[in-house]
Amino acid sequence: MNQFKGKAKILAGGTDLLVQMKRGKIAPEYLINIKNISDLDRIEYDVNRGLTIGSLALIADLQESYTIRDRFPILHGALSQLGTQQVRNIATIGGNLCNASPAAETAPALIALGASAKIVGHGGEKVVKLEDFFVEPGKTVLKIGQILIEIQIPNVSPDCKGIYLKHALRRKLETAIVGVAVSLSTDFEYGPVKEANIVLGAAAPIPKRALKAEQLAKGKKIDQHLLNEIASVASEESSPITDVRATAEYRREMVKVLVKRAFTELIKI
Amino acid sequence: MKHQIRLNVNGAYYDLLVDPRKTLLEVIRNDIGLIGTKMGCNCGECGACTVIMDGRAVNACLILAVQANDKKILTIEGLASGGKLDPLQEAFIDYGALQCGYCTPGMIMSAKALLYKKSSPDRGEIQESIAGNLCRCTGYISVIEAIEAVIKAEKRP
Repeated sequence: MNQFKGKAKILAGGTDLLVQMKRGKIAPEYLINIKNISDLDRIEYDVNRGLTIGSLALIADLQESYTIRDRFPILHGALSQLGTQQVRNIATIGGNLCNASPAAETAPALIALGASAKIVGHGGEKVVKLEDFFVEPGKTVLKIGQILIEIQIPNVSPDCKGIYLKHALRRKLETAIVGVAVSLSTDFEYGPVKEANIVLGAAAPIPKRALKAEQLAKGKKIDQHLLNEIASVASEESSPITDVRATAEYRREMVKVLVKRAFTELIKI
Repeated sequence: MKHQIRLNVNGAYYDLLVDPRKTLLEVIRNDIGLIGTKMGCNCGECGACTVIMDGRAVNACLILAVQANDKKILTIEGLASGGKLDPLQEAFIDYGALQCGYCTPGMIMSAKALLYKKSSPDRGEIQESIAGNLCRCTGYISVIEAIEAVIKAEKRP
């Protein structure tokens, strides 16, 4: 990567990169295929450490993993809504994150799960929280010569439940208009919320936690009135754009709807 | 700079010198001459270019030919054997599961990959498997019925 000084792009699955090149959005002089690096596609679960996913793991392999389906349903939900079977068969989780699309399907779910990214390159090795991984659309904290090699997801406590909701007209076959991942932990079905993670996709330049809305929910027993407030605050925290898929106003409204829907799916209100 | 690659397409080996910019789809159609695999949107949306690579359905337009080096590719031309059509091809004819036919090779390859993975998928799984194959004329019901007929026939002893 150093040798080519910004003229090169890393190629993993290629389902985003090749489309961007065909549309003339980017024209790298060199592509560096990392697909043949062995061992970067592993999916490992350890009762103590949690889930470790190599950045080259295929979306299809992750989606078909019963371990992920049973222990990290919020991630399974996001993976299942990513693209077509043909795309899932070649797309990688690392590629989904490194392209840094504000609408990246796996990002909100992974951030809600408290995932971290392990980065390797000159300057050694480091681990950053995934919520700090994205900088702006198309840009991550990765510097030239660094690659994302692993995603680490801590174990989910048994009292924690999560869901990823995607709003799109053609469901999984298109980019999310808005995506919302919510994970909540409660002692019992009607109990107060101990911890809340609310993460918005396609609603800001980067996948973004709605921190104020999370604070509002924390420690409280959620009723309809409070839920409306949480949803409104989350919506105020979003800063979506208007594009071909939807207007900013519509996106903000949909953040409200999806946050409410996610809470209602997870706990009795 | 061209790259030397070897593709196994429908059981035959092709040693090719390809431009690194060429997609697998372009090489299958133009260099190898198998034109059953279609080019539709050329950006991974329509599924007309679906082929099976190492047992999985993929969009040949989203894979560079150099990435497919040493991989095993199955195209629509590789399904019939000994002058006999594949049961999926037979069923598509019997059920009239095509009109203009442009999406058909992709549809059949997606269905074939599903049947590799699961011997008796349900209707939801069938729909899911062909969700990435767009048909703009006849619709999807007869396609689903044709695939179901093959599953049913294979279950019979």
